[in-house]
Amino acid sequence: MATAALRRTPLYEAHAAAGAKLVPFAGWEMPVSYEGVRQEHVAVRTGCGVFDVSHMGEIRTSGPQAESLLQRLLSNDVTKLEVGGAQYSVLCRPDGGILDDLFSYRLADDEYLTVTNAANHERDLEWFQAHAVDFDAEVTDALADYAMLAVQGPEARGTVSALASPELPPRMHTATVGLGVVDGLVCGTGYTGEDGVEILVEPGAAVDVWGRLIDAGATPAGLGARDTLRLEVCFHLYGNDMDETRNPIEAGLGWCCKEETDFIGSEALAAARADGTDERLAPFVLTGPGIPRQGNPVLSEGEQAGTVTSGTHSPCLEQGIGMAYLRADLAEPGTEIEIDVRGRGRAARIESKPLYDPKES
Amino acid sequence: MAEETYPEELKYHPEHDWARIEGEEATFGITWYAQDALGEVVFYEPPEVGAAVTKDQPYAEVESVKAVSDVYSPLSGEITAVNETLSDSPETINEDPYGDGWLVKVKLSDPSEADQLLDAAAYRELLSSG
Repeated sequence: MATAALRRTPLYEAHAAAGAKLVPFAGWEMPVSYEGVRQEHVAVRTGCGVFDVSHMGEIRTSGPQAESLLQRLLSNDVTKLEVGGAQYSVLCRPDGGILDDLFSYRLADDEYLTVTNAANHERDLEWFQAHAVDFDAEVTDALADYAMLAVQGPEARGTVSALASPELPPRMHTATVGLGVVDGLVCGTGYTGEDGVEILVEPGAAVDVWGRLIDAGATPAGLGARDTLRLEVCFHLYGNDMDETRNPIEAGLGWCCKEETDFIGSEALAAARADGTDERLAPFVLTGPGIPRQGNPVLSEGEQAGTVTSGTHSPCLEQGIGMAYLRADLAEPGTEIEIDVRGRGRAARIESKPLYDPKES
Repeated sequence: MAEETYPEELKYHPEHDWARIEGEEATFGITWYAQDALGEVVFYEPPEVGAAVTKDQPYAEVESVKAVSDVYSPLSGEITAVNETLSDSPETINEDPYGDGWLVKVKLSDPSEADQLLDAAAYRELLSSG
Protein backbone atom coordinates (compact mmCIF):
# COMPACT_ATOMS: atom_id res chain seq x y z
CA MET A 1 0.00 0.00 0.00
CA ALA A 2 1.37 3.39 -0.96
CA THR A 3 1.87 5.66 2.00
CA ALA A 4 0.38 9.09 1.46
CA ALA A 5 2.53 11.95 2.69
CA LEU A 6 1.71 12.74 6.30
CA ARG A 7 0.55 16.24 7.12
CA ARG A 8 2.47 18.27 9.66
CA THR A 9 1.19 20.92 12.03
CA PRO A 10 2.94 24.32 12.31
CA LEU A 11 4.56 22.96 15.49
CA TYR A 12 6.29 20.00 13.83
CA GLU A 13 9.79 21.48 14.10
CA ALA A 14 9.15 22.50 17.71
CA HIS A 15 8.13 18.91 18.56
CA ALA A 16 11.15 17.42 16.80
CA ALA A 17 13.49 19.88 18.56
CA ALA A 18 11.92 18.94 21.92
CA GLY A 19 12.79 15.29 21.28
CA ALA A 20 9.23 14.12 20.66
CA LYS A 21 8.51 10.65 19.33
CA LEU A 22 6.44 11.39 16.22
CA VAL A 23 3.96 8.85 14.88
CA PRO A 24 1.37 8.72 12.10
CA PHE A 25 -2.11 9.54 13.43
CA ALA A 26 -5.17 10.02 11.20
CA GLY A 27 -2.96 11.14 8.32
CA TRP A 28 -0.86 13.48 10.43
CA GLU A 29 2.62 13.16 11.90
CA MET A 30 1.96 13.86 15.59
CA PRO A 31 3.93 13.73 18.86
CA VAL A 32 2.97 10.66 20.89
CA SER A 33 5.24 11.64 23.79
CA TYR A 34 8.21 13.81 24.74
CA GLU A 35 9.68 12.75 28.10
CA GLY A 36 7.29 9.85 28.65
CA VAL A 37 3.56 9.19 28.74
CA ARG A 38 3.40 8.83 32.51
CA GLN A 39 5.29 12.05 33.26
CA GLU A 40 3.10 14.00 30.83
CA HIS A 41 -0.05 12.43 32.25
CA VAL A 42 0.95 13.38 35.80
CA ALA A 43 1.87 16.91 34.68
CA VAL A 44 -1.68 17.41 33.41
CA ARG A 45 -3.26 15.94 36.56
CA THR A 46 -1.10 17.98 38.94
CA GLY A 47 0.01 21.08 37.02
CA CYS A 48 -0.35 22.12 33.41
CA GLY A 49 0.22 20.34 30.13
CA VAL A 50 -0.04 21.67 26.58
CA PHE A 51 -1.05 19.49 23.63
CA ASP A 52 -0.75 20.29 19.95
CA VAL A 53 -4.13 19.21 18.57
CA SER A 54 -3.86 21.10 15.30
CA HIS A 55 -4.74 17.92 13.44
CA MET A 56 -8.35 18.46 14.52
CA GLY A 57 -10.49 20.10 11.87
CA GLU A 58 -12.84 23.06 11.95
CA ILE A 59 -16.00 23.72 9.96
CA ARG A 60 -17.48 27.20 9.82
CA THR A 61 -21.27 27.44 9.43
CA SER A 62 -22.69 30.90 8.81
CA GLY A 63 -25.72 32.67 7.42
CA PRO A 64 -29.31 33.41 8.40
CA GLN A 65 -30.19 29.70 8.73
CA ALA A 66 -26.92 28.50 10.25
CA GLU A 67 -28.74 27.62 13.46
CA SER A 68 -31.46 25.70 11.62
CA LEU A 69 -28.91 23.74 9.61
CA LEU A 70 -26.94 22.74 12.70
CA GLN A 71 -30.15 21.87 14.53
CA ARG A 72 -30.88 19.42 11.69
CA LEU A 73 -27.36 17.94 11.75
CA LEU A 74 -26.32 17.90 15.39
CA SER A 75 -27.90 15.79 18.13
CA ASN A 76 -27.97 18.46 20.82
CA ASP A 77 -30.42 21.39 21.01
CA VAL A 78 -28.46 24.02 19.10
CA THR A 79 -31.02 26.74 19.99
CA LYS A 80 -29.75 26.45 23.58
CA LEU A 81 -26.26 27.46 22.42
CA GLU A 82 -25.78 31.18 23.04
CA VAL A 83 -23.22 33.48 21.46
CA GLY A 84 -19.96 32.77 23.29
CA GLY A 85 -21.10 29.29 24.28
CA ALA A 86 -19.80 25.78 23.58
CA GLN A 87 -21.81 22.60 23.09
CA TYR A 88 -21.01 18.90 22.63
CA SER A 89 -23.02 16.77 20.23
CA VAL A 90 -22.83 13.83 17.88
CA LEU A 91 -23.43 13.74 14.15
CA CYS A 92 -25.65 10.82 13.13
CA ARG A 93 -26.76 9.00 10.04
CA PRO A 94 -30.52 8.51 9.57
CA ASP A 95 -30.18 5.06 11.22
CA GLY A 96 -28.52 6.64 14.27
CA GLY A 97 -25.00 5.45 13.43
CA ILE A 98 -22.44 7.93 14.75
CA LEU A 99 -20.47 9.82 12.09
CA ASP A 100 -18.50 11.96 14.54
CA ASP A 101 -18.58 13.66 17.91
CA LEU A 102 -18.12 17.39 17.87
CA PHE A 103 -17.77 20.57 19.86
CA SER A 104 -19.53 23.59 18.39
CA TYR A 105 -18.83 27.18 19.40
CA ARG A 106 -21.28 29.96 18.61
CA LEU A 107 -19.14 32.89 17.53
CA ALA A 108 -22.00 35.23 16.54
CA ASP A 109 -25.77 35.12 16.02
CA ASP A 110 -25.29 33.65 12.57
CA GLU A 111 -21.85 32.05 12.83
CA TYR A 112 -20.66 28.78 14.38
CA LEU A 113 -17.34 26.95 14.44
CA THR A 114 -17.47 23.15 14.82
CA VAL A 115 -14.37 21.13 15.74
CA THR A 116 -14.07 17.74 14.01
CA ASN A 117 -11.97 14.66 14.56
CA ALA A 118 -9.03 14.58 12.14
CA ALA A 119 -9.97 11.22 10.64
CA ASN A 120 -13.56 12.37 9.99
CA HIS A 121 -13.03 15.95 8.88
CA GLU A 122 -13.47 15.48 5.12
CA ARG A 123 -16.52 13.27 5.57
CA ASP A 124 -18.09 15.68 8.07
CA LEU A 125 -17.47 18.59 5.74
CA GLU A 126 -19.13 16.80 2.82
CA TRP A 127 -22.07 15.85 5.08
CA PHE A 128 -22.50 19.44 6.26
CA GLN A 129 -22.25 20.81 2.72
CA ALA A 130 -24.64 18.24 1.25
CA HIS A 131 -27.33 19.21 3.76
CA ALA A 132 -26.61 22.95 3.56
CA VAL A 133 -28.25 23.16 0.11
CA ASP A 134 -31.66 23.08 1.81
CA PHE A 135 -30.79 26.03 4.05
CA ASP A 136 -29.78 29.66 3.66
CA ALA A 137 -26.42 28.89 5.22
CA GLU A 138 -22.83 28.60 4.11
CA VAL A 139 -20.50 25.80 5.19
CA THR A 140 -16.77 26.35 4.77
CA ASP A 141 -13.68 24.31 5.59
CA ALA A 142 -11.77 26.21 8.28
CA LEU A 143 -9.11 23.55 8.95
CA ALA A 144 -6.34 25.62 7.38
CA ASP A 145 -7.37 28.73 9.35
CA TYR A 146 -6.36 27.41 12.76
CA ALA A 147 -3.73 25.72 14.81
CA MET A 148 -5.21 24.29 18.02
CA LEU A 149 -3.53 23.96 21.40
CA ALA A 150 -5.13 22.31 24.43
CA VAL A 151 -3.84 23.64 27.76
CA GLN A 152 -5.07 21.36 30.53
CA GLY A 153 -4.59 20.81 34.24
CA PRO A 154 -5.33 22.45 37.59
CA GLU A 155 -2.78 25.17 36.80
CA ALA A 156 -3.76 25.56 33.14
CA ARG A 157 -5.83 28.71 33.53
CA GLY A 158 -3.14 30.39 35.58
CA THR A 159 -0.55 29.48 32.96
CA VAL A 160 -2.59 30.83 30.06
CA SER A 161 -3.55 33.93 32.04
CA ALA A 162 0.13 34.86 32.15
CA LEU A 163 -0.11 35.78 28.45
CA ALA A 164 -3.82 36.49 28.03
CA SER A 165 -5.95 39.57 28.18
CA PRO A 166 -8.73 40.08 28.94
CA GLU A 167 -9.48 37.20 31.26
CA LEU A 168 -10.29 33.69 30.07
CA PRO A 169 -13.84 32.52 29.38
CA PRO A 170 -15.39 30.12 31.92
CA ARG A 171 -15.96 26.41 31.27
CA MET A 172 -18.12 25.70 28.18
CA HIS A 173 -17.70 29.28 26.96
CA THR A 174 -15.51 30.87 24.33
CA ALA A 175 -14.06 34.34 23.77
CA THR A 176 -11.50 36.12 21.64
CA VAL A 177 -8.49 36.76 23.86
CA GLY A 178 -5.18 38.50 23.24
CA LEU A 179 -2.25 36.07 23.55
CA GLY A 180 0.78 38.31 23.17
CA VAL A 181 1.32 39.01 19.48
CA VAL A 182 -1.95 37.52 18.31
CA ASP A 183 -5.60 37.17 19.23
CA GLY A 184 -6.87 33.63 19.74
CA LEU A 185 -10.23 32.01 20.16
CA VAL A 186 -10.06 30.59 23.68
CA CYS A 187 -12.58 27.93 24.69
CA GLY A 188 -13.21 26.49 28.15
CA THR A 189 -13.18 22.92 26.92
CA GLY A 190 -10.87 19.92 26.90
CA TYR A 191 -10.45 16.17 26.73
CA THR A 192 -8.70 15.33 29.99
CA GLY A 193 -11.29 15.85 32.73
CA GLU A 194 -9.17 18.67 34.13
CA ASP A 195 -9.91 22.36 34.05
CA GLY A 196 -8.28 24.23 31.19
CA VAL A 197 -8.80 25.78 27.81
CA GLU A 198 -8.40 25.02 24.14
CA ILE A 199 -6.88 27.75 22.02
CA LEU A 200 -7.44 28.29 18.30
CA VAL A 201 -4.97 30.65 16.64
CA GLU A 202 -3.85 31.39 13.11
CA PRO A 203 -1.25 28.78 12.10
CA GLY A 204 1.52 31.36 11.70
CA ALA A 205 1.24 32.29 15.39
CA ALA A 206 1.25 28.74 16.77
CA VAL A 207 5.01 28.53 17.41
CA ASP A 208 4.98 31.83 19.28
CA VAL A 209 2.00 30.90 21.48
CA TRP A 210 3.39 27.40 22.11
CA GLY A 211 6.72 28.89 23.19
CA ARG A 212 5.03 31.38 25.51
CA LEU A 213 3.02 28.60 27.15
CA ILE A 214 6.14 26.49 27.67
CA ASP A 215 7.96 29.53 29.10
CA ALA A 216 5.00 30.10 31.44
CA GLY A 217 5.45 26.58 32.81
CA ALA A 218 3.31 24.28 30.64
CA THR A 219 4.69 20.76 30.06
CA PRO A 220 4.50 19.55 26.43
CA ALA A 221 2.24 16.49 26.34
CA GLY A 222 1.61 14.08 23.48
CA LEU A 223 -1.17 11.92 22.15
CA GLY A 224 -0.15 9.06 24.45
CA ALA A 225 -1.01 11.05 27.57
CA ARG A 226 -4.06 12.51 25.85
CA ASP A 227 -5.38 8.96 25.46
CA THR A 228 -4.68 7.79 29.03
CA LEU A 229 -6.13 11.02 30.45
CA ARG A 230 -9.37 10.80 28.47
CA LEU A 231 -9.81 7.10 29.23
CA GLU A 232 -9.46 7.64 33.00
CA VAL A 233 -12.43 10.03 32.81
CA CYS A 234 -14.29 7.86 30.24
CA PHE A 235 -14.40 10.32 27.36
CA HIS A 236 -15.11 8.55 24.08
CA LEU A 237 -12.58 8.22 21.29
CA TYR A 238 -14.16 8.10 17.85
CA GLY A 239 -13.08 4.98 15.99
CA ASN A 240 -12.58 3.08 19.24
CA ASP A 241 -15.59 3.63 21.46
CA MET A 242 -18.05 4.62 18.75
CA ASP A 243 -18.36 4.50 14.99
CA GLU A 244 -21.05 4.27 12.32
CA THR A 245 -22.20 0.87 13.60
CA ARG A 246 -23.05 2.26 17.06
CA ASN A 247 -25.74 4.70 18.05
CA PRO A 248 -25.39 7.28 20.84
CA ILE A 249 -27.80 5.42 23.12
CA GLU A 250 -25.64 2.29 23.31
CA ALA A 251 -22.53 4.51 23.43
CA GLY A 252 -23.83 6.20 26.57
CA LEU A 253 -24.18 9.55 24.81
CA GLY A 254 -27.96 9.83 25.07
CA TRP A 255 -27.46 12.89 27.30
CA CYS A 256 -26.36 14.99 24.31
CA CYS A 257 -29.21 13.81 22.07
CA LYS A 258 -32.42 15.84 22.05
CA GLU A 259 -34.74 13.86 19.75
CA GLU A 260 -37.46 16.54 19.92
CA THR A 261 -35.22 18.79 17.78
CA ASP A 262 -35.76 16.44 14.80
CA PHE A 263 -32.09 16.03 13.89
CA ILE A 264 -31.04 13.43 11.34
CA GLY A 265 -31.16 10.11 13.20
CA SER A 266 -33.55 11.30 15.90
CA GLU A 267 -36.29 8.80 15.00
CA ALA A 268 -33.89 5.87 15.22
CA LEU A 269 -32.56 7.17 18.52
CA ALA A 270 -36.03 7.65 19.99
CA ALA A 271 -36.70 3.99 19.22
CA ALA A 272 -33.36 2.88 20.67
CA ARG A 273 -33.99 4.91 23.79
CA ALA A 274 -37.48 3.47 24.22
CA ASP A 275 -36.61 -0.15 23.40
CA GLY A 276 -33.12 -0.31 24.86
CA THR A 277 -30.12 -1.71 23.00
CA ASP A 278 -28.60 -5.19 22.99
CA GLU A 279 -25.22 -3.87 24.04
CA ARG A 280 -23.96 -0.89 25.98
CA LEU A 281 -20.61 0.77 26.43
CA ALA A 282 -19.35 0.52 29.99
CA PRO A 283 -16.08 1.35 31.76
CA PHE A 284 -14.23 -1.32 33.71
CA VAL A 285 -11.11 -1.85 35.80
CA LEU A 286 -8.97 -4.95 36.08
CA THR A 287 -9.09 -6.07 39.69
CA GLY A 288 -5.79 -7.98 39.32
CA PRO A 289 -2.75 -7.76 37.07
CA GLY A 290 -2.78 -7.08 33.34
CA ILE A 291 -3.51 -4.39 30.79
CA PRO A 292 -6.62 -4.68 28.59
CA ARG A 293 -6.29 -3.65 24.96
CA GLN A 294 -8.68 -2.73 22.16
CA GLY A 295 -10.20 -5.89 20.66
CA ASN A 296 -9.83 -8.10 23.73
CA PRO A 297 -12.96 -10.27 24.25
CA VAL A 298 -15.09 -9.65 27.34
CA LEU A 299 -16.13 -12.91 29.03
CA SER A 300 -19.01 -13.61 31.37
CA GLU A 301 -19.31 -17.13 32.79
CA GLY A 302 -16.83 -18.29 30.17
CA GLU A 303 -18.84 -17.01 27.20
CA GLN A 304 -17.93 -14.00 25.08
CA ALA A 305 -20.25 -11.16 26.09
CA GLY A 306 -18.57 -8.17 24.50
CA THR A 307 -15.39 -6.55 23.21
CA VAL A 308 -12.95 -4.01 24.65
CA THR A 309 -12.92 -0.78 22.63
CA SER A 310 -10.23 1.11 24.59
CA GLY A 311 -7.78 -0.20 27.15
CA THR A 312 -4.63 0.98 28.85
CA HIS A 313 -2.71 1.15 32.09
CA SER A 314 -4.02 4.02 34.21
CA PRO A 315 -1.12 6.08 35.55
CA CYS A 316 -3.30 7.55 38.34
CA LEU A 317 -5.10 4.36 39.40
CA GLU A 318 -2.07 2.15 38.63
CA GLN A 319 -4.23 -0.60 37.20
CA GLY A 320 -5.58 -1.76 33.88
CA ILE A 321 -8.66 0.17 32.76
CA GLY A 322 -10.86 0.26 29.70
CA MET A 323 -14.23 0.56 28.07
CA ALA A 324 -16.13 -2.23 26.35
CA TYR A 325 -19.37 -2.83 24.54
CA LEU A 326 -21.05 -5.69 26.31
CA ARG A 327 -24.43 -7.31 26.81
CA ALA A 328 -26.70 -4.64 28.26
CA ASP A 329 -27.63 -6.73 31.34
CA LEU A 330 -23.93 -6.89 32.29
CA ALA A 331 -23.26 -3.17 31.83
CA GLU A 332 -24.05 -2.28 35.44
CA PRO A 333 -21.46 -1.04 37.95
CA GLY A 334 -20.28 -3.85 40.19
CA THR A 335 -20.72 -6.64 37.64
CA GLU A 336 -17.75 -9.00 37.67
CA ILE A 337 -16.45 -9.92 34.21
CA GLU A 338 -13.28 -11.32 32.71
CA ILE A 339 -11.17 -9.82 29.95
CA ASP A 340 -9.40 -12.27 27.64
CA VAL A 341 -6.02 -10.56 27.28
CA ARG A 342 -4.23 -12.55 24.58
CA GLY A 343 -5.45 -15.88 25.92
CA ARG A 344 -5.21 -15.09 29.61
CA GLY A 345 -8.38 -14.42 31.58
CA ARG A 346 -8.04 -11.24 33.65
CA ALA A 347 -10.54 -10.46 36.41
CA ALA A 348 -12.39 -7.17 35.91
CA ARG A 349 -15.34 -5.24 37.27
CA ILE A 350 -17.73 -2.80 35.63
CA GLU A 351 -17.48 0.64 37.22
CA SER A 352 -19.41 3.88 36.95
CA LYS A 353 -18.04 6.93 35.13
CA PRO A 354 -15.56 8.43 35.60
CA LEU A 355 -13.00 5.78 36.55
CA TYR A 356 -10.83 8.56 37.97
CA ASP A 357 -12.42 11.73 39.31
CA PRO A 358 -10.08 14.76 39.22
CA LYS A 359 -12.36 16.59 41.65
CA GLU A 360 -11.77 13.94 44.33
CA SER A 361 -8.01 13.85 43.97
CA MET B 1 16.58 6.52 31.60
CA ALA B 2 19.75 4.67 30.69
CA GLU B 3 22.16 5.89 28.01
CA GLU B 4 22.16 4.08 24.67
CA THR B 5 24.68 1.24 24.92
CA TYR B 6 25.22 -2.25 23.47
CA PRO B 7 27.77 -4.06 25.65
CA GLU B 8 30.47 -5.94 23.75
CA GLU B 9 30.26 -9.06 25.94
CA LEU B 10 26.60 -9.78 25.00
CA LYS B 11 25.09 -11.58 22.02
CA TYR B 12 22.10 -10.04 20.27
CA HIS B 13 18.96 -11.30 18.57
CA PRO B 14 17.54 -9.21 15.71
CA GLU B 15 14.22 -8.90 17.60
CA HIS B 16 16.11 -6.68 20.08
CA ASP B 17 16.91 -9.20 22.78
CA TRP B 18 20.26 -9.90 24.38
CA ALA B 19 21.90 -12.99 25.90
CA ARG B 20 24.78 -13.10 28.37
CA ILE B 21 26.19 -16.60 27.81
CA GLU B 22 28.19 -18.33 30.57
CA GLY B 23 28.92 -21.91 29.47
CA GLU B 24 25.62 -23.79 29.32
CA GLU B 25 23.69 -21.04 31.08
CA ALA B 26 22.55 -17.68 29.85
CA THR B 27 20.71 -14.58 31.05
CA PHE B 28 18.23 -12.88 28.70
CA GLY B 29 16.87 -9.36 28.49
CA ILE B 30 15.78 -6.70 26.02
CA THR B 31 18.12 -4.17 24.46
CA TRP B 32 18.33 -0.44 25.04
CA TYR B 33 16.73 0.06 21.62
CA ALA B 34 13.77 -2.17 22.54
CA GLN B 35 13.00 -0.43 25.82
CA ASP B 36 13.38 3.00 24.22
CA ALA B 37 11.03 2.14 21.37
CA LEU B 38 8.46 0.80 23.84
CA GLY B 39 8.61 3.62 26.38
CA GLU B 40 8.24 3.20 30.11
CA VAL B 41 7.45 -0.41 30.94
CA VAL B 42 4.40 -0.51 33.21
CA PHE B 43 3.63 -4.23 33.22
CA TYR B 44 5.70 -7.39 33.03
CA GLU B 45 4.69 -10.84 34.19
CA PRO B 46 7.60 -13.26 34.54
CA PRO B 47 7.17 -16.65 32.85
CA GLU B 48 7.22 -19.85 34.95
CA VAL B 49 10.47 -21.33 36.16
CA GLY B 50 10.86 -24.68 34.39
CA ALA B 51 9.15 -23.51 31.21
CA ALA B 52 10.87 -24.33 27.93
CA VAL B 53 11.95 -21.51 25.66
CA THR B 54 12.71 -21.91 21.97
CA LYS B 55 15.07 -19.80 19.93
CA ASP B 56 13.20 -17.14 17.90
CA GLN B 57 9.91 -17.76 19.75
CA PRO B 58 8.25 -15.30 22.17
CA TYR B 59 8.41 -16.31 25.84
CA ALA B 60 7.09 -13.19 27.59
CA GLU B 61 5.55 -9.79 27.00
CA VAL B 62 6.55 -6.34 28.14
CA GLU B 63 3.93 -3.61 28.11
CA SER B 64 4.08 0.15 28.13
CA VAL B 65 1.04 2.38 28.44
CA LYS B 66 0.74 2.43 24.66
CA ALA B 67 1.76 -1.01 23.49
CA VAL B 68 2.53 -4.66 24.08
CA SER B 69 5.79 -6.09 22.84
CA ASP B 70 6.70 -9.76 22.59
CA VAL B 71 10.03 -10.78 24.04
CA TYR B 72 11.81 -13.32 21.83
CA SER B 73 14.09 -16.01 23.11
CA PRO B 74 17.55 -15.63 21.59
CA LEU B 75 18.40 -19.28 22.41
CA SER B 76 16.62 -22.52 23.37
CA GLY B 77 16.52 -24.09 26.81
CA GLU B 78 14.69 -24.22 30.12
CA ILE B 79 14.04 -21.29 32.45
CA THR B 80 15.90 -21.74 35.75
CA ALA B 81 15.23 -18.34 37.32
CA VAL B 82 13.04 -15.30 36.69
CA ASN B 83 13.51 -11.70 37.82
CA GLU B 84 10.66 -11.46 40.34
CA THR B 85 11.46 -7.87 41.27
CA LEU B 86 10.19 -6.70 37.88
CA SER B 87 6.58 -7.47 38.81
CA ASP B 88 6.66 -4.60 41.30
CA SER B 89 9.08 -2.32 39.47
CA PRO B 90 8.94 -3.09 35.74
CA GLU B 91 10.48 0.32 34.99
CA THR B 92 13.82 -1.27 36.02
CA ILE B 93 13.83 -2.66 32.47
CA ASN B 94 14.16 0.93 31.22
CA GLU B 95 16.57 2.06 33.90
CA ASP B 96 19.05 -0.82 33.66
CA PRO B 97 18.24 -3.03 30.65
CA TYR B 98 21.49 -5.06 30.83
CA GLY B 99 21.77 -5.25 34.64
CA ASP B 100 18.93 -5.22 37.17
CA GLY B 101 16.44 -5.29 34.28
CA TRP B 102 17.36 -8.86 33.24
CA LEU B 103 14.32 -11.06 32.53
CA VAL B 104 15.19 -14.77 32.85
CA LYS B 105 18.08 -17.19 33.34
CA VAL B 106 18.07 -20.24 31.09
CA LYS B 107 19.84 -23.61 30.98
CA LEU B 108 20.70 -23.90 27.31
CA SER B 109 19.72 -27.05 25.41
CA ASP B 110 21.95 -26.29 22.44
CA PRO B 111 24.72 -23.79 23.22
CA SER B 112 25.91 -23.93 19.60
CA GLU B 113 22.83 -21.87 18.63
CA ALA B 114 24.79 -18.89 19.91
CA ASP B 115 26.77 -18.92 16.66
CA GLN B 116 23.67 -17.57 14.91
CA LEU B 117 23.39 -14.48 17.15
CA LEU B 118 24.85 -11.07 16.40
CA ASP B 119 27.76 -9.47 18.17
CA ALA B 120 27.44 -5.88 19.36
CA ALA B 121 28.91 -4.40 16.17
CA ALA B 122 26.57 -6.39 13.93
CA TYR B 123 23.56 -5.46 16.08
CA ARG B 124 24.47 -1.78 15.96
CA GLU B 125 24.74 -2.09 12.18
CA LEU B 126 21.29 -3.66 12.06
CA LEU B 127 19.88 -0.73 14.02
CA SER B 128 21.54 1.89 11.83
CA SER B 129 20.32 0.19 8.64
CA GLY B 130 16.75 -0.05 9.97
